[in-house]
Amino acid sequence: MKPKQTTSKSAFWAGYRDCTPFLLVACPFALLFGVAATEAGLNILQTMAMTVLVIAGAAQFTALVLLQENAPTLIILVTALAVNLRMAMYSAALVPHLGKASPRMKMLIAYLNIDQTFGLATARYPQETEWTLADRCSYFIGASLAIMPAWVVFSYIGAAFGATIPDAFALDFAMPICFLALIAPALRSLPHVAAAATSVIGALALSWIPFSLGLIIAAFFAMLIGAQTELWLARRKP
Amino acid sequence: MTLDQPQVWTIIAALAVGTYFIRWSFLGLLGDRELPEWAVRHLRYTAVAVLPGLIAPFVLWPTATNGETDPTRLIAALVALTVGVWRKSAVGAILSGFGTLYLLQYLT
Repeated sequence: MKPKQTTSKSAFWAGYRDCTPFLLVACPFALLFGVAATEAGLNILQTMAMTVLVIAGAAQFTALVLLQENAPTLIILVTALAVNLRMAMYSAALVPHLGKASPRMKMLIAYLNIDQTFGLATARYPQETEWTLADRCSYFIGASLAIMPAWVVFSYIGAAFGATIPDAFALDFAMPICFLALIAPALRSLPHVAAAATSVIGALALSWIPFSLGLIIAAFFAMLIGAQTELWLARRKP
Repeated sequence: MTLDQPQVWTIIAALAVGTYFIRWSFLGLLGDRELPEWAVRHLRYTAVAVLPGLIAPFVLWPTATNGETDPTRLIAALVALTVGVWRKSAVGAILSGFGTLYLLQYLT
């Protein structure tokens, strides 16, 4: 075996190992997504199609909530895609590391570009100066294969068995709890807290606006508040 | 609950295509082009700007109780949020939230 292949192989397993701890978070989320999707009225095929094709938990939950509120299709898409806009930032940040890969490889990496794989890869790449382009790609794919099959399987388990769980277990609470679990660890700085608070207050104050449009307006201002708070903090530092 | 089937499939398809395009955008199409600093500064807060406002009404007025504020669900949500922020842990938030909810439901 050529030495280069050996490194790519070890980079693959390095990615796989690094991503394994995230299973602890991804599996319960996937399970609860399956349950929440069934609660919202999606059948198993729809739940699995969404899980496999979108693979973005927060946006999937967003779509579920707005479907239940009978929001118009356009509003649901704008809101859910807004949740995913951060991934444009991820995509741009991968260019220095993976920009020279083949177009087909980049199409694959784009599909695998989720919070966890992106976070791991951009943390590890600068440390591994010896790595070739092939190694970096292998690392990304290895990390994805540690988490994505589990994401799909656990969504299926949730969707298949969610309907058989009695009402006493209050599974309607699966959705709010998942959102809180997504939001809480993200409240790590003052700008994030300010944006979240603006979002809540704005959405409640504007809930009279039809078609869930108030949420989009609230989110827009929340984003501005977050960015402005960040600037304000930066200016205060000497 | 019955959903409008064509609407569900439209949303799944459009969300899949849109999300993929966002992920592929710079890597596959725009290439080595720096995102302007102001754009990154706003993108950082998109998720945290949408998700809290989206879920707040569901926590305050749950569908399961036909929109009546339910103290047990509200307390469970507050516990989940507190544990999630304090421990910086999503799993901690889920376990403590459901734990509190079941405990309170058992007690009342």
